[in-house]
Amino acid sequence: MVRCFLIHTVCPVGALGSGESRVLYSRVFGPDEGVWTDQDRELSPQERRLLQKEKTTAVARQVRSAVSLSREASGRMLVETVPGEEALALQEADGGVVRLRAGDPFSEEMSALWLGVQSLGFTLVCEPHENLLLAEGTLRNLTRHCLETLHMLGQGSEVLLRSNRVDALLSRLLPHGQLLFLNHRFAQSLEKEVASYLAK
Amino acid sequence: MYAHSSESLIKQAREIQESELQKFQSRLGKLLHGRELGHEAVDSLQRLHLILSATKYTRTLPPELHKRVKALLSSPAEQFQVLGSAVLRETLPPAGQEVNYNQENFLPLNSHAAALLLSQAGSRADLSSLCAQLLRSLESRQPEGPANSLMHTLPILNAVLTHSPECLTEDHVTLLSKRLVDWLRYASITQGGGAPSGGFFTGPRSRQPIPTAELDGTVSGDFFTVLCVGQGFTEDQWMNVYSFSMLRHWLLTYHSVSNGNNAADTEDIQGASVSKHRPHPSPPMTCSVFSSSAANRLQLSLSLSHSFSNDDRSEVDGSVVSMVSATSSSSRLLPPKERLREKAFQYCQRLIEQSDRKAHKKADTDLQKACLVEAVCILDCVCGEDASLVYRTFPCIKALFGRLSSDLSFARVLLPIAQFYLNHGEMAAVDCECVWKLVFGRFPAELFNNQFLAHELLRFLRLNLESLQLRVPQYSHSFPNLLKFLAWDSPAVVDDFVDLLPSLVTAGTAVELLHTLLDLPCLSATLVLQVRSTCLPISEPGGRGLLSLDAFRSQSLRGLFLFLLRGEAGSGDTIDRLSTLHELLAETADWPRVVQCAQTVPVLLHIFFNTVVAVADEKLLAHLVQVMLERSSLLLNVPKYKNEIYRVFSCHLLRLCKLHPSLVVDESHELLEFAGATAKVYSKEEIYTHVVWVLGEYLSVSCDSRCSVSLITSCFETLEAVLFEITSSAPPPGADCPVPRVVTSLMSALAKLASRSHDLIPRVSLFLSKLRTVTRGGSVAWCSDEEDLVAIVTRGEELWSLLKAPGVAQSVLTPPPLVTTPQWHRDTNVAMPLRLRALTNLTHAQ
Repeated sequence: MVRCFLIHTVCPVGALGSGESRVLYSRVFGPDEGVWTDQDRELSPQERRLLQKEKTTAVARQVRSAVSLSREASGRMLVETVPGEEALALQEADGGVVRLRAGDPFSEEMSALWLGVQSLGFTLVCEPHENLLLAEGTLRNLTRHCLETLHMLGQGSEVLLRSNRVDALLSRLLPHGQLLFLNHRFAQSLEKEVASYLAK
Repeated sequence: MYAHSSESLIKQAREIQESELQKFQSRLGKLLHGRELGHEAVDSLQRLHLILSATKYTRTLPPELHKRVKALLSSPAEQFQVLGSAVLRETLPPAGQEVNYNQENFLPLNSHAAALLLSQAGSRADLSSLCAQLLRSLESRQPEGPANSLMHTLPILNAVLTHSPECLTEDHVTLLSKRLVDWLRYASITQGGGAPSGGFFTGPRSRQPIPTAELDGTVSGDFFTVLCVGQGFTEDQWMNVYSFSMLRHWLLTYHSVSNGNNAADTEDIQGASVSKHRPHPSPPMTCSVFSSSAANRLQLSLSLSHSFSNDDRSEVDGSVVSMVSATSSSSRLLPPKERLREKAFQYCQRLIEQSDRKAHKKADTDLQKACLVEAVCILDCVCGEDASLVYRTFPCIKALFGRLSSDLSFARVLLPIAQFYLNHGEMAAVDCECVWKLVFGRFPAELFNNQFLAHELLRFLRLNLESLQLRVPQYSHSFPNLLKFLAWDSPAVVDDFVDLLPSLVTAGTAVELLHTLLDLPCLSATLVLQVRSTCLPISEPGGRGLLSLDAFRSQSLRGLFLFLLRGEAGSGDTIDRLSTLHELLAETADWPRVVQCAQTVPVLLHIFFNTVVAVADEKLLAHLVQVMLERSSLLLNVPKYKNEIYRVFSCHLLRLCKLHPSLVVDESHELLEFAGATAKVYSKEEIYTHVVWVLGEYLSVSCDSRCSVSLITSCFETLEAVLFEITSSAPPPGADCPVPRVVTSLMSALAKLASRSHDLIPRVSLFLSKLRTVTRGGSVAWCSDEEDLVAIVTRGEELWSLLKAPGVAQSVLTPPPLVTTPQWHRDTNVAMPLRLRALTNLTHAQ
């Protein structure tokens, strides 16, 4: 299953140190792994929450540096896009995968799939035995919907103030972190549901 | 994209004053109290969520507000369910109300409430009772809630299974396995939705069910799968999608559910279904959990035994028995797990068949690939459990391999196929050669720039290392090819190579591997050139003006690049014209890819040397020392790269010599040649210092009996000449003064050698006294820093005084191994008993 989905910055942010990343949206699926691991069992709920936040930040940081290195290596120029050009932005997005070793930060090994759209990173943390082809398609699909429904290519802050839209999206396309084999008909029908949710 | 406004919103949310927050919360509380919840409520909840989530410290809500937000989870409007769940996931229940997070409070359980329960589950007990309830809802064939109430059940169960399989019992496994069979194999094969159901004017005849279609548009002739399309879908078709999506994980983990706590009733129900994989006894914790819900369980087992006896056709409500199912009617007699395995097998076979159809949509073509991966993985999994399936599966896998192997766009599908061959090929006596040619040959050679393939292939290697080393002899010889992944995208895969490299180091490949690692930045540059030369036609402006690209295209230099691009080891350790190659690639030294690659090489070299000492004999180690000395002046001129490599070489030269001191005598010729070249003092001081040190330290009869007086003398003379040269004149133009460490290590080495051959002592003493005289003036041309000079002179004086008493000098400069190893005197714990023993010996002797 997918452990978490993140939207975070991959560009320098004034208030943060270099190499840091601002997490704008994070959704951790399923129960907190801290409840089961021996070393964390003694933690209080507050400490567990803190630990979980730190874990997602650690993932965001690793992805941020992967994105920078990969962009530096490819030497491609970033294409600036404006709202309405979501398809182009997605087409120009670079993507990759980061191996998160066991213990760094999750107790087991994970694969973090990322998609870099200009200054933002969209990241899925999957268990490594997951079907990464399917995960890649799902991430692309999620990213497209996020860009569109939250107008993320513009200057607004809807990702912070309309995060329930992402929640609703995830509850369909990635329910409880379950990657789904959706052919275009199934996908359309879910997208209709999402659209009717957004219309309300 | 990311705007300053977002940054300031986060800042505001974090820094909100307590009084302001209280005002905001009380306003929100009032809003939620109202009957009609409008935009303002949505907006405020969203802001509350931001305030809670923006900080890593937990904020709790006032109990009254918490209660109101919790009530939203049962709201008819989904938006409020979503927001309620999101807000509560970011906080904790007020003290004393933890028990309120109980599914009984959220019935009927919607997906968003379930998400909250999952995220806040604090123990296995919480999850177990959640599971029990979800499974009860699965048990009733007709769901009582709204139409999609079952949809979220499987993902939740899968999430629980991921984290804590012990929360499920053997009963649950039986039930779920049976339901999965229903959904996977017997979902309706007619389209759902779309047609209005029984309107006043539509007679029963006009409501002819329309069969579902395949992705290429033809009518489906067999059971429903995720690759079937229609205008709308029935609930069981949706469940088919959910079931298949979790199937592999279910097959992989259902063995680890607990069965110890309820073995008795499990056996009552299904004596026949004894799992081959007996799970571990469950932890005592689970027992206590289930004793609390004994009544539920009893109910569950009763209904189970009922449905088990009525198994035949019970699932097939309204579906048509298709051709494939007719052939396998015997599977009805199988126990649930085996039956699920059989159905999974059929489902995957059908998917593989369906994936050959030409899909109209690009998205569906991608889905077909993902389905192939999943199908092959599931087949691998069921074959692992039931070996008799291997013979039934292999023809299909072989045919699939035949169909896809020539098309590299299917590479990521071919990897699971390779895994299947590796796991079952031996048992089925199938020739796997063609599979390995692809995995170790074409994949890295042609798809080195596919990041995802790289990740999956390297993971495949990591997971199967033992079996690959055993069954695939070409594995360790394929490193020139595998390293292309690293050369292309070092940061992404270096972690994998840290794990894999030791398996590639063998006595047969060590020397070539060392050369290859050192030339990795060249490989990186060459791969860039290869990609550029195929992307850019010669006439393109981007393709011109690069000497390296012209060289890459030139026929006469082709051989050099082809050597770097070779796919297998064994054609020679390195090439003669390496320096030519480095010159040609000089302009690539600042390319980001090359620089990134160069940064990983030192790490890998450390791993290489740490591993090689375990597999290499002394002859091979001697060869490696030679390679180090030789390659120290044959490296691509990437900034900082050379110095990093010198540091690694120095470190391991020392370790190798310490481990096998006779290496110094074996390689004395090469070492002396290196130490005698004065230019190296200025360009490679790090490694030079270490070479001098090992000569001084280990060129001694006590290390190797072959160490003759003449050898010591010739070494002495070589070092003496260098020391004399660098301390009698200014550094050559363009070079800095020699580092003081080089000068002192030369002096120490000379003193050490002299202490072993006393004839040499007057020569050192003479030099040292001269040094003192010369430096009395205060400044010399070869040392610009006064403090350094003082330190050098002091060191010289120490050595000089030491050499005045040759016997003492020898025992200090060449202490017998008895004294140096073990170094007990350094260990405070061991030192005291040692001293006592020494004292006892003394007193007893007298």
